[in-house]
Amino acid sequence: AMAKLILLLLKLCILFFVVDAVFEDQVGKFDWRQQYVGKVRFSHFDTQLQSSKKVLVATESNVFAALNSRTGELFWRHVDKIGPEGNIDALLHHAQDAVLVVGNGRMLRSWDVNVGGLNWEMLLDTGSFRSACLVGQQGTVKHVAVLKKTVISVHYLSNGHQKWVENLPESETVDYQTVYSGGNGQVFVLGIVPHSHITIVVYSMEDGEIIKQVSVEAPWLSNIPASCAVVGQGTLMCVDSTTMSLNTLDLHQQLQMTQIPLQSLGLEVDPDFHPSLVSHQPNPAQKPLSEFFLQLGPERYLLLQLNNGQIVTLRDFKPVCNCFFIFHFLKDLSQINLAQLQPKATLGREVKLTLHVQAFLKKDDSVGYRVMVQTEDHTLTFIQQPGRVMWTREEALSDVVTMEMVDLPLTGTQAELEGEFGKKADGLLPMVLKRLSSQLIMLQAWIAHLWKLFYDARKPRSQVKNEVSIENLSRDEFNLQKMMVMVTSSGKLFGIDSKTGGILWKHYLDNVPKNAAFKLMVQRTTAHFPHPPQCTLLIKDKDTGLATLHVFNPIFGRKSQVTPPALPQPILQSLLLPLMDQDYAKVLLLVDNQYKVSAFPSTKNVLQQLQETASSIFFFLVDSSQGRLSGYRLRTDLSTEQVWEVVIPTEVQKIVSVKGKRPNEHVHSQGRVMGDRSVLYKYLNPNLLAVVTESTDVHQERSFIGILLIDGVTGRIIHEAVQRKARGPVHVVHSENWVVYEYWSTKSRRNEFSVIELYEGMELYNSTVFSSLDRPHAPQVLQQSYIFPSSISTMEATLTEKGITSRHLLIGLPSGGILSLPKMFLDPRRPEIISEQSREENLIPYSPELIIRTEWFINYNQTVGRVRGIHTAPSGLESTCLVVAYGLDIYQTRVYPSKQFDVLKDDYDYMLISSVLFALFFATMISKRLAEVKLLNRAWR
Amino acid sequence: GDPLEAELSGFSVPLEHSFELDVAKFQSRGSLLLKTGREPSVSLTQNQLSEDDRSKLKEVAAVDGLYRIRVPRVSLQADRQTEWQMDGYLTAFVRACAMVESHLSDVITLHTDVSGYLIGVSIVTLPGACRGAEVEDEVDLEVYNTTLSIMAPVNAPPETALFLERMEQESEKKGKNPQEQKSFFAKYWMYIVPLVLFLMMSGAQDQSGGGAGGGAANGGGR
Repeated sequence: AMAKLILLLLKLCILFFVVDAVFEDQVGKFDWRQQYVGKVRFSHFDTQLQSSKKVLVATESNVFAALNSRTGELFWRHVDKIGPEGNIDALLHHAQDAVLVVGNGRMLRSWDVNVGGLNWEMLLDTGSFRSACLVGQQGTVKHVAVLKKTVISVHYLSNGHQKWVENLPESETVDYQTVYSGGNGQVFVLGIVPHSHITIVVYSMEDGEIIKQVSVEAPWLSNIPASCAVVGQGTLMCVDSTTMSLNTLDLHQQLQMTQIPLQSLGLEVDPDFHPSLVSHQPNPAQKPLSEFFLQLGPERYLLLQLNNGQIVTLRDFKPVCNCFFIFHFLKDLSQINLAQLQPKATLGREVKLTLHVQAFLKKDDSVGYRVMVQTEDHTLTFIQQPGRVMWTREEALSDVVTMEMVDLPLTGTQAELEGEFGKKADGLLPMVLKRLSSQLIMLQAWIAHLWKLFYDARKPRSQVKNEVSIENLSRDEFNLQKMMVMVTSSGKLFGIDSKTGGILWKHYLDNVPKNAAFKLMVQRTTAHFPHPPQCTLLIKDKDTGLATLHVFNPIFGRKSQVTPPALPQPILQSLLLPLMDQDYAKVLLLVDNQYKVSAFPSTKNVLQQLQETASSIFFFLVDSSQGRLSGYRLRTDLSTEQVWEVVIPTEVQKIVSVKGKRPNEHVHSQGRVMGDRSVLYKYLNPNLLAVVTESTDVHQERSFIGILLIDGVTGRIIHEAVQRKARGPVHVVHSENWVVYEYWSTKSRRNEFSVIELYEGMELYNSTVFSSLDRPHAPQVLQQSYIFPSSISTMEATLTEKGITSRHLLIGLPSGGILSLPKMFLDPRRPEIISEQSREENLIPYSPELIIRTEWFINYNQTVGRVRGIHTAPSGLESTCLVVAYGLDIYQTRVYPSKQFDVLKDDYDYMLISSVLFALFFATMISKRLAEVKLLNRAWR
Repeated sequence: GDPLEAELSGFSVPLEHSFELDVAKFQSRGSLLLKTGREPSVSLTQNQLSEDDRSKLKEVAAVDGLYRIRVPRVSLQADRQTEWQMDGYLTAFVRACAMVESHLSDVITLHTDVSGYLIGVSIVTLPGACRGAEVEDEVDLEVYNTTLSIMAPVNAPPETALFLERMEQESEKKGKNPQEQKSFFAKYWMYIVPLVLFLMMSGAQDQSGGGAGGGAANGGGR
């Protein structure tokens, strides 16, 4: 028996564990990765050396990175925890040290700028963070001061050790907001009692002793960082927007603010604008510059100078841009000329900007600029004087929300012409003419293509460039190259070539609400030439439910001429029907909160079709706040009637996700052949919904996860299961006749996978067509659970053209790996006891653990930061599935779940096979001739 | 505990149905007697379809209308009944023609959640299809032939305990069987001895032959 077992295991190894990894020379051939950092919050130019190319950025995605200022590429990147725990509060930079305050002042970290290594890390006491600054003394910077709500602490820059910590006086009444040091051995802490006075506490750098504590009347002031700046020899300059005046206070001597009305300087503020100040302290060991900027209007900046208590206007810039400046490194601001920056002219559009400006003195003493521009659409642009764009980074792609992969048109020229053919033709003759001319154009394109092939063939291989641009976009033989349409949370849409990762088009929607939910639908594919392909993006405000539609061409990104309907009512549900209008656009139904349905497109043809099929159009709504799932049927007048209702009491459990199947999924085989040659038929209900609930009771003994399989048409509960002593987050994949979900087992403290499979049994009820209304027998339900050694971030199943290829699950792990787990391991029919029949069926014996094999990682060492979603799309090859993983990074690759059974290998020996064929051919010819001669000879005999 | 008490801990809720040409209008079809407790059960007493209802049902079936049923949302747990309030219904439907063609043979299932709340009801007919068969005999549409059941969620297998138990059993079995307890060497001596002999032989050759010959022998040995 032992020998048999060993033999069986060996067999299994040979059958299943064929190494499925990339070869070294295939790295980067079929895959690419793009790394992002997110929207920049803080930036610093590394100015140790004139030749330094680093720009340090700390972003709202909790990423700290160094960018190459020449190319925009990453030197290094550190990704911190998601959420407030990893939130970067402050970035201070001096020489080769960068100090970060992270997690609301919880952590103080110092990084080596050159290599991106961690110098030290300090855990600080709790308390909400207010401000931090570097403290210099006698020209050298040796300390960093961190101000919290009730304490101030000073740390050594070299090792992070605390030098001293002091409680702030009267911290329950005074709101301390800023800390400042002018490099003279004193630390100034500025606090405020709103609408009353400013409190200034001066600490000695040496031992933390309070040198001075003063209060200054300032009843109009409420926020110091927003309206004040320290200028020159330590003068606090505040701008009062009610009286329109500048207020100055010498931190060292005075006890009262001096008011200087803006009018006395001959300045006027734009109506409804809160003026603001920008000052600059190039070196923390020295005083800030005496020049400062005053913003008087959205596009109006003034450069002022404080000279012995007098304010002098140096320069008036107007109009510059609607922007916010952050300056870095310049000894003398008076030479700066904002008009030269011209970000608006360089970028060629009107957007809200944040400028990170590095101004430096050139060898000939003129001022040079490097400007990093952060625009509203999260694009990072680096401009070198004079107005030359060095690089752009599309940081919006660090937050992709949803995506689709669209087939490319047959040739680029065809697609270009599509616009002209968009309109309807009436009459026979114009139709014929149009058809003829389009055929002619196709012929022309084909000849051009042939010519190009011929031309390229003569050139040496290295010279042939394969650059993809929007002009030469065309589908390849096996439809492996597609257009990735990506929707980002900032409201910027991208068209990315799946082969190279190049951005082919981008489109910024500037009226997208902050908390929008997006749904992207392909209404018309590229298959209906000359009609252009059409995508529709539903943008819904999560609070109000109000939605807008953006209709565009996915290949060129252009807004479609089709005007989408206005949607005055909040939208509850949208569904893309398989019905098409006469222009081959699928019909989109939108259900509003009055349960009225509107169609898009809503031509006569569509409405007629809808009327005819209304009684077979069902849809469901989910209201998770009330635990209500309800089904509706369409009436011929486009109103709806409720037909079923399931209510899950919210006191016990809440609905966390509802998953249907993907509409473009094909299942090739209706059943599974069993060991005894009989067939077990799958229950393939396209309307099935997997509803996952989590218990409201979170106690680890009583918490549970519920799985409901509900038919979306009839509301029939097909199966109901609870996973006890388990909690979320639950990740679900629902496909074919199975549902796979992953959860946290509170009892065993581990991640577990569970799989449910549904079978009709040995006989099919109705083999020709599936109807939810006529399937009276409940399916057989099989379920099995497994232990998984890692938590997961996201999960998706592979998808192929015809569904012949076996399925794999693609699992995004928090470590950044994308695991391709064969579905075969998640099969409830895996036997606990091996029998002859199960062996015949190639079932793997059950074992509770699922093992992560390193060769299953499809992205080898190309880790994907914070993977949030995986998108799969079929290609023209049955064996190949295109995969895009997105999160902070974007990674695109191909997977072959059943190996490349329909592709010849790269090193296939064409010469050998053809020479053998030829040899055989000639051999038959010769032998035939010889046989004939022999026969003839025999006949003569 | 007390059998009397168990019998008493039941209550009845109305089962209503509606088959209309336009807006749904629910009428009583019968009453469901729900027995609460550890193993809830359900039984049904229902009226016959009246003459008018029969013709209306056929009418509705002719235009592919719907036959709906509904039950109130209740909890089957005895201690929760005090909180029981009529806060809505659970509804389900079949096509009216299926109801007619199956001669009122329906299967109604009530689904509860873990805590005994009714969360859904489902109805199917047997056979389920509408083939357009005429139902001539009015008597066929008089009496319901209802199969009723109540379903609570099943416990999904989280347990590897079962597997471990089986493994233990198997190892115990092995322990009892002395044949299986033989050591590795005892079982495979017939393979190992020739192998060792062969290795020794080739080793001896290696020493005597040396140089290139040894290399070849070594390779053969592996």
